[in-house]
Amino acid sequence: MDINFTLIGQSIAFAFFVWFTMKFVWPPLNNAIEERQKKIADGLAASEQANQDLEVARAKADEELKAAKLQAAELIDQAKKRAAKLVEEETQRGHAEREKIIASGYAEVEAERTRVREELRKKVAFLAIAGAEKIIEREVDAQKQSDIVEKLVAEL
Amino acid sequence: MAAEGNTSIQGYINHHLSDMTIGEGFMAVNVGALSVAIILGFVFVLSFMVVGRKATTGVPGKFQCFVEMIIEFIATSVKETFHVKNKLIAPIALTIFMWIFLMNLMKLVPVDWLPAVFGAVGLLINPEAIKYNVEGYSLLEKIMAHPWSYMTIAPTTDINITMGLALGVFFLIVGYSIAFKGIGGFIKELSFTPFNHWALIPFNLVLELVTLISKPVSLGLRLFGNLYAGEVIFILIALVGLYQLPLHFAWAVFHILVIVLQAFLFMMLTIVYLSMAAEDH
Repeated sequence: MDINFTLIGQSIAFAFFVWFTMKFVWPPLNNAIEERQKKIADGLAASEQANQDLEVARAKADEELKAAKLQAAELIDQAKKRAAKLVEEETQRGHAEREKIIASGYAEVEAERTRVREELRKKVAFLAIAGAEKIIEREVDAQKQSDIVEKLVAEL
Repeated sequence: MAAEGNTSIQGYINHHLSDMTIGEGFMAVNVGALSVAIILGFVFVLSFMVVGRKATTGVPGKFQCFVEMIIEFIATSVKETFHVKNKLIAPIALTIFMWIFLMNLMKLVPVDWLPAVFGAVGLLINPEAIKYNVEGYSLLEKIMAHPWSYMTIAPTTDINITMGLALGVFFLIVGYSIAFKGIGGFIKELSFTPFNHWALIPFNLVLELVTLISKPVSLGLRLFGNLYAGEVIFILIALVGLYQLPLHFAWAVFHILVIVLQAFLFMMLTIVYLSMAAEDH
C-alpha cells in the first residue's frame, strides 16, 4: 500500500469534520450539559437552603414547644394549688358546719330532754300524789301537799 | 493490487491487505478506505448533531446520555491537559476520538464479509472488470477476483488514512504555535531551544524540526502499526479454517481494548502536542 492521494483526501476530510464539529456538534451539546449542570447545582443549593430552613424551623418549634410545656406545667401547678386550697377551705367549712349541726342537735336534744324530764316529773308527781291518795284513802289537797311532792320529784 | 489469483495463502493475504484504487501513481485514491472513513465521519457528526439539536437540559434520553458521557470525558481530558482557553481544541479532540474509534470499530467486522458483498455486486454489474483469466474458477473465487472485492472497510489499517489524520494534526500544531506565539515566536522557539546561543542556531533548528515532524509521524505510524498488525492477525486467523471461530472471538475481544485505546491515545497525544504548541516553555 503506497502513500497516495488518499492522504490528502483524508486530511481535507479531517479539516472538514473538525470544522463541522466545532460549528454544529460541540456547542449545542456542551451548552446542554453546562445548563443542566447549572440546573443541578441550583437544585442542590435550593435543597441545601431548604434543609437549613427546616433546621431553623425545627429549632424554633422545639423552643416553642418547650415554652408551651413550661407554661402548661405552671398552669397545672397553679390549678393544683388552687384545688388544694379549695379542698382545704371546703373541708374546714364542712367541719364547721358539722360542728354547728352537732351543736344544734345537742341543744335540741338537751331541750327535748329537759322538756321530757319536766313532763315526766309532772307525771311522776301526779302519779305519786295519786298513789298517796290511794294509800291514805283520802283526798289530799294536792295544792297543799304540792311542796312535799315537789321535794319528792326533785329527789328523783 | 494483489498478484494474480486469490486461491493461495499469499494471494488471500494480499487480497485483504490491498484496497480498491482509482487512478494511477500518487493521484490514486484508495476508494474503500477513504469512502468508509468519510461515511463514518458523517455518521459521527450527523448523529451527534441530531442529538445536539434535540438536546434537553432536563432528563436526557439514553443516547443523549451516551453522547454526553463522551463529551464530558473529552472535556475533562482537554481541561486536564490543555490549560489555555481555546474553543477549537475540544471539537478537535472529540472529532479525533470518535472518528478514529468508529474507523477502528470496522475492524471487528469479519474480514471476508464486505469484500464478498462488494465483489458479488461488482460481478453482477460489471463482470468484465476482472483483469485476469478466471476460466474454471468457482463462483466464490470469481467474486473474490473482482476488483470491487478489494474494498477495504477498516480505514485505519490504511497508512494513508492515519497519516492523513497526522498531517491534519501537524498543521494544527504549526497553526497553534503561530497563533499563540506569532511567527517570530515560533521561529525563535525553533532556533533557540534547547541551546540558547546564536552559534547553535542551525543545530537547534535541525533538532527542533525533527522533534516537530516526529510528532505527527509517530502519531500516524502508531495508529497504523497497531491496527495493521491486528488486521494481519485477523487475516491469518481467517486462514485456519473452522478453528478460526474461537481464535477470532478471542482476538476480537482483545481488539475491543485496542480500538478504544488507540483512539484515546491519538486524541490525548494530539491534545498534548497542541498544548505544547500553545504554551510557552
